[in-house]
Amino acid sequence: MKRVQFGHSPVPYFFVAPQILIIAIFFLWPAAQAVYQSFLLEDAFGMSSQFVWFRNFEDVLSSSSWLKSAIFTAVFSFLVAFISIAISLFLAVRADEVIRGAKSYKTLLMWGYAVAPPVAGLLGNMLFNPLMGDLYKLFNSFGFEFNHIQNANDAAFVVTLIAVWKQVSVNFIFFLSGLQGIPKSVTEAATLDCKSAERRFWTITFPLLAPTTFFLMVINLTYAFFETFGIIDVSTKGSPGGATATLVYKVYVDGFLGADMGGSSAQSVLLMIMVSVLTVFQFRFIERKVHY
Amino acid sequence: MFRKTLMAAAAVFALGGTANAATEITWWHAMDGALGDVVNQITADFNASQDEYHLVAVNKGGYEDTMTAGIAAFRAKNQPNIIQIFDAGAATIINAKGAVKPVQDLMESNGVKFDINDYIPGVRYFYADSDGKMIGMPFNSSTPLLYFNKDALAKAGVDVPKTWQEFEEIAPKLKEAGFEGLAESHSPWIFFENFMSRHNLQMATANNGYDSTDVELLYNNDALKDHWKHVKEWKDAGYFGYYGRAWGANQDAFLQQKAAMWLGSSGSFGGLKKSAQFEFGTSTLPYWEGVGDAPKSTFIGGASLFAFSGHSAEEDAGVAKFFEFLTKPETQFYWHKETGYVPITTAAYELAKKEGYYNESPDAEVGIQQLSEEGGEWTKGYRLGFYVQIREVIYREVDKMMNGEATIDQAFATIEEEGNALLKRFHDTYSN
Repeated sequence: MKRVQFGHSPVPYFFVAPQILIIAIFFLWPAAQAVYQSFLLEDAFGMSSQFVWFRNFEDVLSSSSWLKSAIFTAVFSFLVAFISIAISLFLAVRADEVIRGAKSYKTLLMWGYAVAPPVAGLLGNMLFNPLMGDLYKLFNSFGFEFNHIQNANDAAFVVTLIAVWKQVSVNFIFFLSGLQGIPKSVTEAATLDCKSAERRFWTITFPLLAPTTFFLMVINLTYAFFETFGIIDVSTKGSPGGATATLVYKVYVDGFLGADMGGSSAQSVLLMIMVSVLTVFQFRFIERKVHY
Repeated sequence: MFRKTLMAAAAVFALGGTANAATEITWWHAMDGALGDVVNQITADFNASQDEYHLVAVNKGGYEDTMTAGIAAFRAKNQPNIIQIFDAGAATIINAKGAVKPVQDLMESNGVKFDINDYIPGVRYFYADSDGKMIGMPFNSSTPLLYFNKDALAKAGVDVPKTWQEFEEIAPKLKEAGFEGLAESHSPWIFFENFMSRHNLQMATANNGYDSTDVELLYNNDALKDHWKHVKEWKDAGYFGYYGRAWGANQDAFLQQKAAMWLGSSGSFGGLKKSAQFEFGTSTLPYWEGVGDAPKSTFIGGASLFAFSGHSAEEDAGVAKFFEFLTKPETQFYWHKETGYVPITTAAYELAKKEGYYNESPDAEVGIQQLSEEGGEWTKGYRLGFYVQIREVIYREVDKMMNGEATIDQAFATIEEEGNALLKRFHDTYSN
C-alpha cells in the first residue's frame, strides 16, 4: 500500500532543533563518553590510559557488593514505586471526596513536593537519630529492637520510608488531577447502577486512571533508581554493611569519591542498560493494558 | 561622609592596582566554616607580606568535592596552582605521573631553603616518595586522640587508660557508673591504619606501598584481628558504643555523656571545647601492651597541598614563596592555635612551647607529643591506591562485624580480598 505523502515544510525541524540540541549535549554526548570510558583503564588525571575491552565490566559483575547492591536497588525501587503509588492513590480518592476544607487538605498533602530529596534525607536522619530521634524512640517504646544503624532491614525500612514520603505528594497531585478529569456523568451513572463504592472504584475509577497510574509507575521507578541518591547520601551513606547502597550511590562512591573512572563508567553503562530494558518492558507489556 | 567614600574608593583602587600588577596564584581548598576563616586570614597575611604575588584561596566544598573539582579542572587544562588533597586521595594524585610538581623540587629550584628534617618526624615522610623526597606539603595534620569525660571518670573512680589492658579493667566500673566506656569515630583511620602504626606493624607490602603500586594489604593479621575480637566483646558487654560509620553520631554519644571516652581527631578539640557541657581532657591513643613494639608514633590524618603542573615558572615561583610563608614558625603556630591541627615543623612546635601556649592549654600538646614519639619502621605512613574505596570496604565490614552478620575472620578475609582486588585495579591503571 502506498502512503500518501504531502510536501514537508522545514519549519517543524526548526522548532524541534533546540530540544534535539539539548538532548544531544546533555544526554547523548555524556552517555557516549561514559560508554567510551567504560572500556578504558585511565588514571583520574588523564595522564595515561589503555583500552581494556570488557575488563571493567568483568570486575563490576564479579564483585559481590555490586550484585548485593543490584538486588537491593530492584527490591527498593519496586517497593518505593508500589507503596507510594498505593498511598497517594488512596489519599487522592479520599481528598477528592472531601467537600468542606478540601483546599487545605489538598494543599497540605502537596506540600511535601517542595522538599528536596537531600532535605528529606536530613529530616529522616534526625527523626531516626539513636540519641534524639522521635521516631527511633517511638519504635523502640513499642518493644521493637529497632536499630537502623546496625540492622540492615531496619536501615532499608528507613530509606524506603523517607523515599516514599517524599514521593507521595508528587503522585498525589497527578492522581488528583486524573480524578478530576473523570467526567461527572460517568461517576453519577455508576452510582445509580451500583451501590458498592469499592466496586465502583475498581470497575470505573481505577481503569479510567490507568494512564495516570502507568505514567506514575515509569516516573516512580526512575525516581527510586536515580533521585533517591540524595536521601541515601544524607541518611545512611549505604550502611550498614552496604545494605542500603543503590547502584547510583555506588557509581558516585567509586567514580566521584574513589576516582575510578573506568569502573564507575562501566557501572553507569550497566545502569543505563537496565533502565532502558525496564522502560521498554513497561511500554511493551504493561501499556497494552492501558486504555486512553 | 564624602571623605569616607573617597577613602573607600582609593582603597578599592589601590587593591585593584596591586591585583593587576601582581602575578595571581590560585589555591583550591576544602576548609570551610571556622577553618575557612583561618585559611582566608593566612591568605590575606601572605598577600600583605609581599606584593609580587596575589594568592586567591577558594573553598571547593569537602575533601572529595575538592579533589573531584581538581581532577575535572586538570582534565580541562584549567587547574589551580595549589590544591588540597586528603590523605586517602594522595596515592591517586602522586601516581598520576606528571600531574604535580614535587614541592621539594619546586621550592629548591626557586631558591627557597628546604630541609626535610625541619619537619616533625610523624609528618615528614607521609606525603613523600620512596626516596624520601617530599611531593605534597603537609598542611592540616591531625592524629587520633583519646578524649575523656573527667566527671565520668571521677564518678567511676578510675584513671585514663594508657593501654587497652587498662581499659578492660576500668570498663566494668564505668558501666556500673552508667557509662559506655568508649565510642570511636572513623574505624578505618583509628582502628586500622593507626593501630598498625601504633604497634609498628607493617600495613602493606612494598614498604607500605611507597615503593610500588604492585602491593597487597597486610590487615589480615592476628594482632589486628585480636583487637577487633576484643572490640566486639566490649560492644556485646556494653563497654563500647557503636553508633555506625558516621563521625558525628559517635562524637555525639560522647557529648551527650553516654560514652565516657571517645576516640577522635586532635583536630576535634576546638569543636568539643565549644559544645561539651562537661570538663574533658585528652590523652594518647591506647595500645596493647606486648603487641608489636608499642607504643610508637601514630600516622597523621588530614590533607596536604600539591602544586599542579602546567603553570608558568613565574606562577610556580609564587607557589614556592607561599609554601615558604606557610611553613614559617609564626604561620604554623597561628594555624595550630586557631584550628587544633598540629604544627608541621619543629621550629613551630618550639615557638608554641616558648610562648607558653601549652601552659594555658596543655591538651593542645597531646597530639604533637604523640606524633613526636619514637617512630618505627612502619610509622612513616602508607601510599595505597583507591584507598577511598578500601576504606569503604572497611566501613562496610566493620558494620557487619558489629551487627554479627560476619565473624571477625570472615570480615578480615573480605577486606583482604576486596582490598587487594582494588589495589590490583589501581596498579593496572597507573603502572602504564
